[in-house]
Amino acid sequence: MSSTLGNDGITEVRSTPSEVRPLLELKDLAITFDTANGEVPAVRNAHLTVMPGETVAIVGESGSGKSTTALAAIGLLPGNGRVSGGSILFDGEDITNASEKRIVELRGSSIGMVPQDPMSNLNPVWKIGFQVKETLRANGLPYSTQDVAKVLSEAGLPDAESRANQYPHEFSGGMRQRALIAIGLSCRPRLLIADEPTSALDVTVQRQILDHLDRMTDELGTAVLLITHDLGLAAERAHKVIVMYKGQVVEAGPALELLTNPRHPYTQKLVASAPSIASRRIESAKKLGVATDDLLAPSAEKSDSKDKVIEVKDLTKVFKIRGSWGRSTDFTAVDNVSFSIARGTTTAVVGESGSGKSTVARMVLGLETATAGDIRFDGVDITTLGRKELFNFRRRVQPIFQDPYGSLDPMYNIYRTIEEPLRVHGIGNAKSREKKVRELLDQVALPSSMMQRFPNELSGGQRQRVAIARALALDPEVVICDEAVSALDVLVQAQILNLLADLQAELGLSYLFITHDLAVVRQIADHVAVMEKGKLVEQGSTDEVFDSPKTAYTQSLLAAIPGAGLVLPPEAA
Amino acid sequence: MPELENNLKTAGRVKTSAYPIEHYVADIEETPVRATDSATAEGAPSSLWREAWRSLRRQPLFLISAVLILAILVVALFPGLFTNEPPNSNCLLANSDGGPAPGHPLGFTQQGCDILSRVVHGTQSSLTVGLFATLGVLVIGGLIGALAGFFGGWVDAILARIGDIFFALPLILGAIVVVQLPFFQQNRNVWTLVVILVSFGWPQIARITRAAVIEVRNADFVMAARSLGVSPMSALIKHVIPNALAPVIVIATISLGTFIVAESTLSFLGIGLPPDVMSWGNDIFSAKSSLRSNPSAIFWPGLALSLTVLSFIMLGDALRDALDPKARKR
Repeated sequence: MSSTLGNDGITEVRSTPSEVRPLLELKDLAITFDTANGEVPAVRNAHLTVMPGETVAIVGESGSGKSTTALAAIGLLPGNGRVSGGSILFDGEDITNASEKRIVELRGSSIGMVPQDPMSNLNPVWKIGFQVKETLRANGLPYSTQDVAKVLSEAGLPDAESRANQYPHEFSGGMRQRALIAIGLSCRPRLLIADEPTSALDVTVQRQILDHLDRMTDELGTAVLLITHDLGLAAERAHKVIVMYKGQVVEAGPALELLTNPRHPYTQKLVASAPSIASRRIESAKKLGVATDDLLAPSAEKSDSKDKVIEVKDLTKVFKIRGSWGRSTDFTAVDNVSFSIARGTTTAVVGESGSGKSTVARMVLGLETATAGDIRFDGVDITTLGRKELFNFRRRVQPIFQDPYGSLDPMYNIYRTIEEPLRVHGIGNAKSREKKVRELLDQVALPSSMMQRFPNELSGGQRQRVAIARALALDPEVVICDEAVSALDVLVQAQILNLLADLQAELGLSYLFITHDLAVVRQIADHVAVMEKGKLVEQGSTDEVFDSPKTAYTQSLLAAIPGAGLVLPPEAA
Repeated sequence: MPELENNLKTAGRVKTSAYPIEHYVADIEETPVRATDSATAEGAPSSLWREAWRSLRRQPLFLISAVLILAILVVALFPGLFTNEPPNSNCLLANSDGGPAPGHPLGFTQQGCDILSRVVHGTQSSLTVGLFATLGVLVIGGLIGALAGFFGGWVDAILARIGDIFFALPLILGAIVVVQLPFFQQNRNVWTLVVILVSFGWPQIARITRAAVIEVRNADFVMAARSLGVSPMSALIKHVIPNALAPVIVIATISLGTFIVAESTLSFLGIGLPPDVMSWGNDIFSAKSSLRSNPSAIFWPGLALSLTVLSFIMLGDALRDALDPKARKR
């Protein structure tokens, strides 16, 4: 199965008839980090070529070495990292051990950089215009107010001249990223390194930014080295995709070729589980459901069932925003939202940041009181429950939160974490509780030897499994997943989604799935409700909404899914 | 397949390069794919505190300060082990300001008392004041800070303002004023001094605790506990406080040193411990008149004081390094 191409393959590329020198070339690059536990190799044998004007994407999960590789090219490795082997050639010049002076010369003018987090990469105490000016001046370009405004307007900032006089906090996330792109491209570099340039942004904004970046780099003939965790995005935006895994390049090739004909097992796995590409409902639940049909009467009937476990009607939440001198203005976070969840099914609430979707989740959990409207759980309005009834309600509805690093108490070991709900509700004795914890760990496919571990020793996916086990401890009927998989790597995410689907089939659970990721919705939900600025703009079955979206907003959301246009034949996915 | 490629091209979603691109695949033997997120359970489980202890044990700063503090504690608890001379009686004016003599290695004070004995016996009161004042501020400041931080709103507003009032008064100045009150005039001992130090020292701990609690309060695990049905009070006690403890412990350790200094300062000013109680501050006070003729009378209690304060501050620094997650991530 292993390809005959290796170094030779890459050499061939270089000696193509066109005789164009690669702009950036990494040969056998190895990077090690000095840590308290000795030297840790971060990247090994990395090969990479970027031709002039070409967009190359490096795809990999967190810790795969993709950012480290790119940072090495611009001489920005963290203090304890160093290039321990191989070479870096920029336009034929070996810059592996180039002097600090030479690297500084190259940065900005020849190699530009767009960093990942638009929230922290602009200095909050300086005006945007000043920060652009600084870059221009450092690279010996004219830096008058007009020049600054020109650079900003090229990056798609409207009204650039007055915008230049604003501070970063006055900009939205998308605008900040545009400003960063403006800075990155201001000196017309020949290579732009974009490290997850849009992963902190909403999909529709992401699409605008990437479209604009595409146009600009096309016009300027800039080569782009794009680092991303999203295979769909890479395939859509790059000429060439490089897949990294555990510090090594496992596969590289034309974007389409890699998606349709992945040869390395890791790439095959990645293609199979990338939500944006494998856009279909996870089947395992249904299959299992068929096998044990009699246990699952309610879920088998799916959404036609009249049995609504949760009904939300005209739900409204108004926050008072405190102004100066005790004045306050009203902010309607959730505006007249109505939807319902049929027993044994999954309803997804989708929206971008600020759409009010998480507030809905918190109200359904009873952690936030509704301003108006009612939430019926099994026919009972939970907004009017007394203290004792609320305590009992808690047993039946449980949450799973987004951040697997924040949702487990770092002071509690796994056993105590999962046992806590049982203890709080006074269920069983020490012995039966231990048995239950073992069963729960088994259900989420964790060995019971994990019981004495602490959360800091677990990976993100494992923590999320523990959080699921804790949520299931009280045998709830409804589980509310607030962005439960969005912090996880693609393969881990697929695993957790499969686990959730299996558990649904096995236990007849109903899920309320809050997410910003439409691709994930397609994989797990039966029913979708789309929220925009506090209002419910569209709802229906997943197939209806995905196949024939009615509102323009939903259409734009769907179109913005990276890789949405890449429909692959089933056998390839 | 060509059909598919056409589809993709017309959709304008795939880029084609001007340069030929080879399809490279790494040697699969050399890049094995491991099971996704497989669980390994090797080695002993390690809690945050255990991790902290592991990193502490390797810090020279911690080892030095721990040895010093242990030694100081032994001196405070068993002064008899280090000197047979009674500190107060057996003072002969004939020995006034005398240099070292057999049995009296550090010489004599102006009153003719043995310096070694006075320094050794003075440890106890200095350390008692420091320890109990710290415990006091931890309990009072910690409680007030935790309540203010966790409940927020008007509880926070009231408690924070009260704290600010006390915070605005310098510890020493406040103590000087309070000591003049008749009750304290009549009852001057170690415990009243502790009360005074606590009543002016708690706002600092309250502020730190409040900040730490606010940070933890909004963590998802607290939300998860609340949605399990855990009441706010027990969420505070079981989840929030244990996670907010680290910075508070660090500051408390450092402030133990400052309380010992405060005791000495007040005693030196003649308004701390009464003169008949053995303490370094009192000794420094009484030695100041013979500073030129007999510097060792002020040097030794001063050295003991500095060493003690230094070792607590070093311990605090070492703890900060071990407990601060940001410092540990590196």
